[in-house]
Amino acid sequence: MEDNQIAQEKKQKYEAYVEQVTPKHNLPLNMAKAFLTGGIICVIGQIIIHIAQNMGMDQKTAGSWCSLILVFSSALLTGLNIYPSIAKFGGAGALVPITGFANSVAAPAIEFKKEGQVFGIGCKIFTIAGPVILYGISVSWLLGLIYYLLRITGVVG
Amino acid sequence: MNQMRGKQSIQFDKAPYLIASSSVVGAKEGEGPLGMMFDRVNEDPQFGEDTWEKAESQMQKEAAQMVLEKTGMTPEMIRYLFSGDLLGQLTATSFGAGGLDIPMFGLYGACSTCGESLALAAMAVGAGYADTVMALTSSHFASAEKQFRYPLEYANQRPLAATWTVTGSGAFLVAGEKKNNGARKFEHIRITGVTGGRVVDFGIKDSMNMGACMAPAACDTICQNMEDFGRKPEDYDKIITGDLGYIGQKILIDLLNEKGYSIEKQHMDCGIEIFDPEAQDTHSGGSGCGCSAVVLASYILPKIEKGKWKRVLFVPTGAMLSTVSFNEGQSVPGIAYGVVLEHA
Repeated sequence: MEDNQIAQEKKQKYEAYVEQVTPKHNLPLNMAKAFLTGGIICVIGQIIIHIAQNMGMDQKTAGSWCSLILVFSSALLTGLNIYPSIAKFGGAGALVPITGFANSVAAPAIEFKKEGQVFGIGCKIFTIAGPVILYGISVSWLLGLIYYLLRITGVVG
Repeated sequence: MNQMRGKQSIQFDKAPYLIASSSVVGAKEGEGPLGMMFDRVNEDPQFGEDTWEKAESQMQKEAAQMVLEKTGMTPEMIRYLFSGDLLGQLTATSFGAGGLDIPMFGLYGACSTCGESLALAAMAVGAGYADTVMALTSSHFASAEKQFRYPLEYANQRPLAATWTVTGSGAFLVAGEKKNNGARKFEHIRITGVTGGRVVDFGIKDSMNMGACMAPAACDTICQNMEDFGRKPEDYDKIITGDLGYIGQKILIDLLNEKGYSIEKQHMDCGIEIFDPEAQDTHSGGSGCGCSAVVLASYILPKIEKGKWKRVLFVPTGAMLSTVSFNEGQSVPGIAYGVVLEHA
């Protein structure tokens, strides 16, 4: 038991030491870059919505076109090997918007194409996006259920 | 005479010769500080093949053929082949070296495989089980990323502690005293000793900080080597690790200082030498078993051959993780093999 404890302490000490000698990305700078990158992507989205609405579409249709164009652009930029560079600069600013999601689906599709349509693309296309899809859908289902219960009990209108 | 030394080392009575080496690398390695020294720089990352795994196999094949060509030997003259790579089930090796028709021992030591294969090659020759053997290792950036990390086009930010897997393959011929038919490229390099490595785990779970995972293993093997042979760091002109990178180097020097060994003057790391971190954006340095293999083949061995370095301790390190062990929350154990190379 005692030996175990000593080994544990040694590990903790080493971990703390490693933490101290390992350089980290500059957090405020990274946040600023993420804000800028994410912001630009959102502005582009807004512009698309405005143009679509000016063409006479309602908000919902304009929003669909916005998503469609952003997803397509991201997939295209992924294929051209440009999107990884944007993310290298922008970090979460490039990963969190819908374009990041598109990248996380397009990238495995490209990589695993060699392993075939079924076991390659079919099985592995959602290796990165899979958790987002599974838990995203599960949570929205759960929230929907809560909303439904609140409505029938009259808590919300 | 008893060739066992200390706890886990061997000192050969008839130290085998390292008679030839070859290196094949990718474009990025060719652009690095050692670019001019490699035997072949292939601008095509796929090496003319259609998948990354086949590309790595092809690269291995090229390295093996090149070392044979250099000495004018044929595969039939090679008794055994000790080879390995980073991929699951040694994919690159089985499909690459498989075509050579040399009896093979497939090895997995992660990034330490170059040391492991040389150690075993030297043992086979030193014991008289073989006259000439080949040691062969490879790693490929794209196949390694695909297996261990993310698809290449996936957009993410690499931490500063991350290393860059080297696309490269190195082949070595180890032979006994007796001259065989081949022309020896190196006449003065002998593998005089070997220190086997233990799996050392200090509990680090960050697979993007491999230097920190492997440095304790390097420290363990280096200390054991000193102890087993009764040497001090000054007895070596260079102590060369495989792919600890900048962070791993700092940790190794600190850990050894704690044990009373100061290796600041002698230490060199292949992962640090192979890339220019500013210009090539490789963060902590190069990694992969190709890293130590190609740097040894093209940079270190010529220096020993010329007698610029008389005695070198070559210590490639490996991080023994798998994607499964990582997902299951296991830490990343390290291993390091010590190979003593001497000018003779």
